[in-house]
Amino acid sequence: MTPALWPAPRVQGGHTEELALICDAGRAHRLLIVPALFDAANRMRRFTIEVMRRLDGAGIDCFLPDLPGCNESLAAPAEQTPSSWRAAMAAAAAHFRASQVLAIHGGALLAPSHLPGWQYAPANGAGLLRAMLRARILSAREAGRNETQEQLLAQGGTEGLELSGYRLSAAFLTEFQMLEVATSQQRVISQEELGGAGLWLRAEPGESREQADALAAIIAVSLTSAAA
Amino acid sequence: MDSTTDQRLRLILSDVLGLSPDRVAGFSAETGLFGHLPELDSMAVAGLLTEIEDRLDIVIDDDEVDGEMLGSFGSLRNFVEAKRKRT
Repeated sequence: MTPALWPAPRVQGGHTEELALICDAGRAHRLLIVPALFDAANRMRRFTIEVMRRLDGAGIDCFLPDLPGCNESLAAPAEQTPSSWRAAMAAAAAHFRASQVLAIHGGALLAPSHLPGWQYAPANGAGLLRAMLRARILSAREAGRNETQEQLLAQGGTEGLELSGYRLSAAFLTEFQMLEVATSQQRVISQEELGGAGLWLRAEPGESREQADALAAIIAVSLTSAAA
Repeated sequence: MDSTTDQRLRLILSDVLGLSPDRVAGFSAETGLFGHLPELDSMAVAGLLTEIEDRLDIVIDDDEVDGEMLGSFGSLRNFVEAKRKRT
């Protein structure tokens, strides 16, 4: 697994250089992995990379790009919208010549729809936003400030909002809360198929060898049997 | 005490906190949660409450969440049981 740079388009024009972790041996199957979002991305990163290692071992090339403004990215989170993220993932798919996509959790909202593949435990924007608003309300209360979801959403709709340490624009929030996972040619893999509890639920980043094995096996079996 | 709520709540805590089912089965009403478990920060509490809402089919207002309600396993269970009876 090696780091690589790829160009993500900016809304204002031009592009930013973004990081991806890749296993590229020029093989037939080239899987783009769209990571989970925000806090869930941190909690699931090790799991995601463990899945990549297994897929690499099964003869599948994998590409895990950063969303601009997240992980190692130097781009400003405030400049991003779900649309710009979706454009970035489409650009990554083109750059790495992806043949399939695996979207993780909230990443399903951003997966390039033209690619076949999988959505693992897809989540809608409204639910993700609600948990982030609640986290902010609870930590504000610990600091002696009283905030409500309604007030935060109204404020966010005009001037943007800081949630989970990300400065999000009004445009981002408006688009994100309406975002639902689209039914597509990508097959949904439910948590039940992997067994155990989803790692995005964990209070601390965790890992699960069994779940990584199960997810990688579903994809590897599907790709190798399709080729046969 | 409603045994279904009790068991489902233990399973949710096990999933969120990454604790073994055995350890969570050993929780008593007095077992401390918020302020006692370092993993349970505000982000984790938000995740925990959202998961409780989804799996136990209740709605929790942010106003109802305080240190007392989350202070121990017993107080959280009482809160959730009262909510489930009302709906």
